[in-house]
This record gives sequence, structure tokens and C-alpha cells, in this order.
Amino acid sequence: MKEKNFDVVVIGGGVTGCAIARELSRYNLNTCVVEREEDVCSGTSKANSAIVHAGHDAVPGSLKAKFNVEGNRMMEDLAEELDFEFKRNGSLVLCFAEEDRPALEELYQKGIKNGVPDLKIITGDEVRAMEPNVSEQVVAALYAPTGGIVCPFGLTIALAENACDNGVEFIFNTEIKEIRKAESGYELEADEMLLKASYVVNAAGVYADVLHNMVSEKKLHITPRKGDYCLLDKEAGNHVSHTIFQLPGKLGKGILVTPTIHGNLLTGPTAKDIEDKEATATTAQELAEITQKASVSVNNIPFRLVITSFCGLRAHEDGDDFVIGEADDAPGFFDAAGIESPGLTSAPAIGAYVANLIAEKAGAEKKENWNGKRKGFIRPEKMTREERAALIKERPEYGTIICRCEGVSEGEIMDAINRTLGAVSLDGIKRRVRQGMGRCQAGFCTPRTMEILARERNMKMEDICKNAPGSNMLTGQK
Amino acid sequence: MEVRELICIGCPLGCPLTVKMDGENIEVSGNTCKRGDDYARKEVLSPTRIVTSTVHVTGGAIEMVSVKTKTDIPKDKIFAIMDEIRRTTVNAPVSIGDVIIENCAGTGVPVIATKDVAKV
Amino acid sequence: MRNHDIVIIGGGPAGLAAAVAARKAGIQDILILERDGCLGGILNQCIHNGFGLHTFKEELTGPEYAARYIQLVEEEKIPYKLNTMVIDINQEKEITAINREDGLTVIKAKAIILAMGCRERPRGALNIPGYRPAGIYSAGTAQRLMNIEGYSVGKEVVILGSGDIGLIMARRMTLEGAKVKVVAELMPYSGGLKRNIVQCLDDYGIPLKLSHTVVNIEGKERVTGITLAEVGPDRKPIPGTEEHYSCDTLLLSVGLIPENELTKSIGISMSRVTSGPEVNDQLETSAEGVFACGNVLHVHDLVDYVSEEASLAGTNAAAYVKAGEKREGHVVTLKAENGVRYTVPQTLDVNNMQDKVTVRFRVADVYKDRYITVYYDGVQVSKRKKKVLAPGEMEQVVLKKDSFDGYPELKNIVICTEVE
Repeated sequence: MKEKNFDVVVIGGGVTGCAIARELSRYNLNTCVVEREEDVCSGTSKANSAIVHAGHDAVPGSLKAKFNVEGNRMMEDLAEELDFEFKRNGSLVLCFAEEDRPALEELYQKGIKNGVPDLKIITGDEVRAMEPNVSEQVVAALYAPTGGIVCPFGLTIALAENACDNGVEFIFNTEIKEIRKAESGYELEADEMLLKASYVVNAAGVYADVLHNMVSEKKLHITPRKGDYCLLDKEAGNHVSHTIFQLPGKLGKGILVTPTIHGNLLTGPTAKDIEDKEATATTAQELAEITQKASVSVNNIPFRLVITSFCGLRAHEDGDDFVIGEADDAPGFFDAAGIESPGLTSAPAIGAYVANLIAEKAGAEKKENWNGKRKGFIRPEKMTREERAALIKERPEYGTIICRCEGVSEGEIMDAINRTLGAVSLDGIKRRVRQGMGRCQAGFCTPRTMEILARERNMKMEDICKNAPGSNMLTGQK
Repeated sequence: MEVRELICIGCPLGCPLTVKMDGENIEVSGNTCKRGDDYARKEVLSPTRIVTSTVHVTGGAIEMVSVKTKTDIPKDKIFAIMDEIRRTTVNAPVSIGDVIIENCAGTGVPVIATKDVAKV
Repeated sequence: MRNHDIVIIGGGPAGLAAAVAARKAGIQDILILERDGCLGGILNQCIHNGFGLHTFKEELTGPEYAARYIQLVEEEKIPYKLNTMVIDINQEKEITAINREDGLTVIKAKAIILAMGCRERPRGALNIPGYRPAGIYSAGTAQRLMNIEGYSVGKEVVILGSGDIGLIMARRMTLEGAKVKVVAELMPYSGGLKRNIVQCLDDYGIPLKLSHTVVNIEGKERVTGITLAEVGPDRKPIPGTEEHYSCDTLLLSVGLIPENELTKSIGISMSRVTSGPEVNDQLETSAEGVFACGNVLHVHDLVDYVSEEASLAGTNAAAYVKAGEKREGHVVTLKAENGVRYTVPQTLDVNNMQDKVTVRFRVADVYKDRYITVYYDGVQVSKRKKKVLAPGEMEQVVLKKDSFDGYPELKNIVICTEVE
């Protein structure tokens, strides 16, 4: 069994784990992230609403409220520093009946208490002036100009890359099966590896309770709260321009309709509590619920333009709040558990907070040569024609389009594979540069992308996986 | 007298055929061309098919060359022919019509290339 | 910026036939832009036979059919660029394309022929519930991996959709040793050609379950099984009819969608039924000098008809370039009614049409013993009986120029089906 020693082991390469790792990389701490799947951003972080929440939903005084507002505030600078896509498109919480106005007012007051800037209640007509497709039934809405949209893959991968560039080691395909308190710190056991660490960060998403309970008597219980989504073609991307929520009311918890940062239209999620932490299967019933409920907010959503549907699991802890900080009865074991919505928004703030706790406890110094800047992918589609022509002249691989729907070139796919923490699977490429993310859903580009991955990684075509080991695309040579 | 209903596979029109068999006497109706008549007679007496597949190419510009049986072969020989095709590789260059396997699976029918593959 | 008389977008069967016809009509300056690494398009992976009976009077495989046209293009020395992607067209007929060698180039054309073909409808468009493991392929993607790259994509297979590619792949995978357990079709009839059901399914004892669909996909990493259910007349699954199949592969052959993103970007008017541009009898779109043919116009069953249609587009584009302007005479509208879903073309210029125009269409359902009837402003002008009509098989009527002689005020041509 391989043995490795670290100052800090972060369990989980989702957005929370990567944010914490990136903040830890500021310090002279030997840190690693250990991830069950083959890549970062493979669990809850890959299947969510991709929303940067303004922060009016959480109960004032809760950790959710604190980290949400803080994370939202940090997002702009972080996007600049780490070169990922983020946009403040503003959000609207729709109120459908006069009798629900008090609830809307309550939401506004919560937002004020939480420190959400520029909140405003606007009339139904004002809503429709901003969003012509919003339902005639809407009588008022809470407008939060600081609400935003982000690419969850882009954010997580940027955090991970920058952490890695600053010395954090990433260990993939490794599931921690057991954690033991050792003389100093902890021993973490996986199938073929033993990790020893002075400090452990538990950012294991829906499994965070299982890991926490290995070392603490103060038990956590996380219920996977399943949410299905439908993603629509870019042709529908302008159907709304703000993120449209529904006021929780007699219709139950609402379904959102939002543009994505890449110009698609996203609707969802449903909310169903389940026991199985692996049950990421969509169901016909929930997909139908999305169609029905989304249509309450927004008229004429062109559901014939759905290009894919997917399902994510939120890690809902019984206490209904994030569980963040050192476990009372397990010194050196830091939880970042129960990270459900607004987890994506909160991640940067949680990262800074948890890393700071550990650095203080460890008495760690800041590195002198830390570089928080990360250069993102070259995106020819965002260039002027002259710039693009110059790029292809210098690097011809940017002149071969592989994914026609999203216009992704061979150069971008090679970049996705060859950069820091490069993609090893087809989904890894897709999450980095959007190959196969478009309307044909990788029908045309799959064979060519497989060839490029095989070539760049010097692997056999038969060994190429969609994502985790075992998800092989091929069953052999003909 | 035996009557069989067939769909002609002679061309994509897929004419519905009726074949009346009375001993040696075979009567075909429903066809819109001679191919339908031929097909129906063959299909009731000794059905045949053309087999198409691919063969690995060594030293070629592409990995695989597509092939077919030059003429139709007895239907019950399809898998024997596939076995032989699967065991075959060819060296580039290959031209359309080149014989890849002579007398495939003892049918007397060759398997020929249906694509050009340049040598590299 | 470079200039060409005719630029053809797409080097598949439509683009090749259009190019050859335009050259034969006297246009020297033609350029074909092809995004793949070779000419011939989808025919390269369609290694089965059954092509060319109409065009060449012999039965060819896909690669052989493509080779005939590629040879004509080579003989005519018509220039083409491979691995070249058109990323934009504007109303001035300026085409922006990129490739490795030339980088980003802008080409101005006097006439453009759209021949981009179509794409397969993916799983997502059907919203099939379940997991999203490896092993779910559109039939054409699996076909490419098998026939071009030489890999096997699965060992135990369920196919959803009875489109021709799905049927062809059922046979192909069976021949290569896979077990194809069932082909399920949502509709009460097959979307493919009858002969493909006979020679691809019946020959190998593969069951075809009509009015069935996939209601669940299982497997975290690779597909481990699917659930089929029967659907009612509303095409919704009937509870209690679920049936489980273990398999490692689900192939989808659930429809083809013309690839008209470029077409839409110039603002060309589109048909909601075909998902292709609306065209006149010249196969010219609503943008003057922009023509369309092949599967980008409407999805065909037979490449022979694609070639025929594309030749017409090539000839007409050539005539347009020579005339330097559009001629417009007495335009009448073609209407699809009573069981006829659409017609291509959608309009016809009685003055400037060729001696005859082939109008292609599909019907909405399976019909037995119906007439295909043509009316000129309410007057029945032709009537042809068909034993069977099916949505999976394209139909046509031919309208002759002299048949319009007695109708100087003609406004509408109606093509419909009629019972006795």
C-alpha cells in the first residue's frame, strides 16, 4: 500500500474542496486534494443551477447567509483573477398572488438583514418590462441586481488549476474508506493508499456525513436532495435575461428559469429527498414537473429545444445550514459539510474561511511566491476575426473545428488535455472547453475527440472513458 | 398451393410481393419491375444476400477499408463469410474492386473492396 | 477577401452533385467547402449496399456511390477545401471559413449552395429519464466508430427508433458478433424503409416492437440495462407494461434534423415542418442567390434523390450566376393538405420553371389504398392510387409546365391524399 504524508488532506474535489485548497495554497502547507472520481467537479458541483445567488433566501445569522453574501461579493474579483466566466445578470423572485405579498416583503427584509445590496420590490408591470416573457399572473417581484450566473465547471476547474499551480497535489480515483485518529493528526485509508495528515478537510458533498461520523461522536446526517434539470438550446437562450425564481408559496418550492453563462436556457431543479447517495438518475415525473412549473413563471418556454436533462444531488444536512469549522470532538478535522444551495456562490468565502482557520491553527506562514493569477482557455469564439486569424497562423490546431455546435477547435481540446490538471476523460474535456455540450450532444465530435485524447495522452482508444474508470466508450477493436 | 407475402429488397421502394407456389410453378405479383420477380423466385427457393463489412488496412491513409461480396451469396453463408472477413487484413494501397478474399467461405464469390485506400 | 462564382457548403452527396451540375452548366469558378477530412460525407460510413439503382442503374455501397461523384469532381477539376468549417454567412453572401492552412478567410460568392446535411437527434432531445452513462450512442456515431475507426461500441444492444441508420446498425452489429436484443419504435409504424426491416431485422430474428419506448436508462459508468414500455395512442408510456432489458449499449435512431444554423443566421425563411429552408422550384431560398439541396433542405431516404435534387440546385445556381439577377414571373404556392405534411419546393414560378418540376413530400401517417391528388385552384388535375403510404418513405409528384397552360390566374396548387 502506497503511503503519503501531508500537512492537510482535503477530501473532495468539488467547488468547496477546490476553493479551500486554493486558499490553503497561499500558505507553506503541504496540501493535497483527494477525489473519488477521475477529475474535479464530478459530483454536486457539476449538476446544479449555476447561479451566484444574491443572498436573500438564507435565514439571517445562518452560515448560509454569511457565506452567500460574502461569496457573491468576492465573485467578480475572483473571476478576473482566475479567468472564468461570470456575469451579474440580476435575479427576480416572482410573486404570483396579492396574498403572497407579505412573503415577498419578508424575503426583502431577510435580504436587507443579510446585507444584500440594492434589493428592490418592483411591480408586475415593471417585471414584464424587464422580462417580456414573464407570466401575466405576476403581481410583483423582488429584484436583486447582484444575482449572477457562472460556469460551475469553469469556477471549480479554475480554483483547482490555480491550487495545483501553487503546489497542491491532486489525487484522483481514490475514495477514502476509513479515517482514523492517529497520534498526531489522522490516517486516511483508501483501497491502495494510506494518507497521513495533520489536518483533514471534509468537503465530500453528499458523503460528508459518512466521513465526519468516522471521527466524531457529534453525528451529522446528510440527505441527498435530488434535483432534475432541463437544458435548452442556445436558440432559446434569450427567452429570459435574468434568473427567474418563484416565491416559495402555495406552489411549493419553485423551479427557476435562467440563461446560462454560455447562452443556453436552464430550468429546474425539482427537489426530492432520497436515501441513495448515487441516485443521479432523472425521472419522467420530475422532468414533467419542470415543464409544468417553469411554465407558471415564464410563457412559451420552447421545451422542444431541450438538448439534455440531468440530475444533481444537494447535500442537505438535518440542521438546515452549512456545517463549517473544526469538529468539536475531533481536533484538526475541519468540516465543510451540508453544502447545498447557495454552496456554489459561497465556495470562495468558505475557502478563505476554512483555510484561515487551518493556517492559524498550524501557525503556517504565507508563501512568498504565491501566484493567484490563472490564465484561462484561449477562446477563439470571443476573439475578433483578426485576432483569430493571427492565432490560427501561429497555432494551426485552432483552425480545425472539432465540435461544430459549440465551435470548439482542436487547439482548445488539446489545451484542455495538456494544461495543469488536464482532462483525462471525455467529460473532462467537455467541462473545460464545451466540446459536445451543444445541440447534437457530441454526436459528430465524439470519435474525433476520442482520437485527440488518445493521441495526446498516448492511450488506447479502448481505454478512453466518458468519465470514471469503467465508463469505457468502446468494447474493443472490431 | 402455397402463398407467401414478401417485401422486395431489390431496391428501396420495397414493393409488397405475393408469391404463389404450385410445385414447380411459381407466380409473382405485386412487383413493379423485373428485379421484384427475380427476388421473389430466389427468396422462396434459395434466398441470397450481399454481405458488406470492413477490413483492417496496414500502411494505409485510413484504418479500415469497406468491402462487399461481389455478388449475392446464399443467406445461410452470411456468418461463415463474416468469420473470414474478420480474420482478414490487407496492405495498402487498395482500389475499389480489388479482390480482398477469393472464393469467400467456399461460395465461389470473392469479397472485393468498395473504397480506395492510399498508401502512406 | 476572395471571390468565387459559386461556393458550395458541404462536400457530401448533395454538395458533390451540385458542383458537378454547376460545372456542366458552364460555371468555371466553383469552390466546395467540406468540414470533414474527405469528400463524400455520411456515405463514407454507409458501407452497406442499396445505393445508386436510380442514378447509376446498379446497386452500389455508400463508399462506391461517393467515389463515383468524387471522381467526377476530380475529372472536372473542381476545387475543394477539406477540414474547413464555415462559421458565418451574411446577406452579402460573404462566407467566413476557417481551417489550419488558410486560417480565417472571407469568401464572397455570387451564388451559394447550402448542402450541410443533417444531424441526429440526441437522447437529450427525447428527455429519456435515467442515468447518463457511457454506451448511449446515436446510431450514426456508432456507425462511424465501427466502420471508419474499426472499433466495436457494444456487445449487448438495444436500439430505440427504427430509422434506417438504426436498422442498418442492428444488422451491422449482429454481423460483428453483438447481440441486438430489440428495436423499439415509439410510433405504431417504422420510420425506416420496409426493405431494411426485412433484411436487417427479420433476417436475423431481431424483434421490432412498435409503440414502445425507453422509459429508464440504468448504469453509473456504462449502460447496464434499460426499461422499455408500451405507449398508448398519446405516445405516453402505459404503466404496467414495463419490461427490463440488460444491455451495455443503447443506440438511438430517432430522427434527423437538417443542420440549418448557418441558414438561420442569414435570416432565410424556414419551414417548421421540414426544419429546412423554404425554397422555390429553382431550390432557391428566400435569400436571392442562395440555394439549398439534400438533407439540409429536407431529410431524404435515398441518396439517389439527393443527387437529383442537388443537380437541379447546381444547374439553377449556374443559371442565376450567368443571368446576374433573379427572374420572377407568376409565382404560385404549393399547399400540403389532408395527410401530406409538406412539399418541397414550397412555391413554383410558372413562367420560369423547367419543363417539369418534381415535388417531393412526406405523408403524416401510414395510409392504405389512398390517392395522391393534385388540385390547381380547386380543380383536380391528377390522381394516383397508392397501395401503401408511410411517413418513412418520401413520395413525389411531377408537375409539367404545360399543365399550367389553362390556368393563367393560378394561385394555389394543393397536394393531398384522398380516400376513395
